[in-house]
Amino acid sequence: MWPTILIASGAAYALKLIGYVVPQRWLDTPTSRRVTALIPVALLSALIGIWTLVDGSTITIDARVPGVLAALVALLLRAPFLVVIVTAAAVTAIVRALGWLP
Amino acid sequence: MTAAHRRAILGDALALGVGTGVYAISFGALAVAAGLSAWQAQALSLLMFTGASQFALIAVVASGGSAAVAIATSTLVGTRNAFYAVAMAPVLDARGPRRLLAAQATIDESTGMAARYEGDRSSARLAFWATAGAIYVLWNLGTLIGALGAGLIEDPNAFGLDAAAPAAFLALVWPRLTSWAMRAVAIVSLVLAVALSPFLGAGLPVLVAGAGGIVVGLALGARARES
Repeated sequence: MWPTILIASGAAYALKLIGYVVPQRWLDTPTSRRVTALIPVALLSALIGIWTLVDGSTITIDARVPGVLAALVALLLRAPFLVVIVTAAAVTAIVRALGWLP
Repeated sequence: MTAAHRRAILGDALALGVGTGVYAISFGALAVAAGLSAWQAQALSLLMFTGASQFALIAVVASGGSAAVAIATSTLVGTRNAFYAVAMAPVLDARGPRRLLAAQATIDESTGMAARYEGDRSSARLAFWATAGAIYVLWNLGTLIGALGAGLIEDPNAFGLDAAAPAAFLALVWPRLTSWAMRAVAIVSLVLAVALSPFLGAGLPVLVAGAGGIVVGLALGARARES
């Protein structure tokens, strides 16, 4: 685990530093800006799907699903992020404790 | 710069720091639930210091993905910091060791706060450094509290921690979903990742689905909120 952490941290730092070191026109093109704006949305959304609906390599509906749906409702109601996270955890814990979903 | 103006900038920086510090508690707890030690969670917050990439890394680790996929995913999520740095370079005009420090301080929040003072360089600089400083301290403190706290819980899933992670991601993506094209990118990526997961090794569906989402976004001409 340590090599993963150190290599990924090094890469993260290199990305931050590169913008201060290379000439601006090399990185700042309209296409690269658009792709960069899309990357976090695309990757984080993919991770939301995996963490909500996948267990190992099996697609499954378990107590995480009502929790994440509750988080969605909280976001629609403009709740601050701590409320969003606690809502999701609480709903999942309750659904699981009641035995409605695993 | 008047004293009141200065206080307003420092107040905003502190408020953002407290907010992300609370968020860091969930990061620390989730990192430990994903199988990292408290030290490893802390190392990520100290060294990587870019929240979305940290979450992405522990997400891949938790789902059993390889080290290479974990590194690739977290690095790709962090590419936007390079563009923030491009934007901040002329504002900060940092040289030597200060430039090395400025790089580590370049994150969503510090860049966003500095961008509010376009054309007023001294305010922008103060906003950048104060925000980064407040967040660095409180983000690491939050991580420590979360990581040590989670270590005390025997079964994190009984508390619904496994739903807290995707909820945290949803909260992270939410402010970026300002256009229909961006929402389409999110939905396509999510559905593709889930659909591919029975067929590809752990972690890979995220990268493939992410690439698919980006292609869809480019085709639809998705535009991000300028931050």
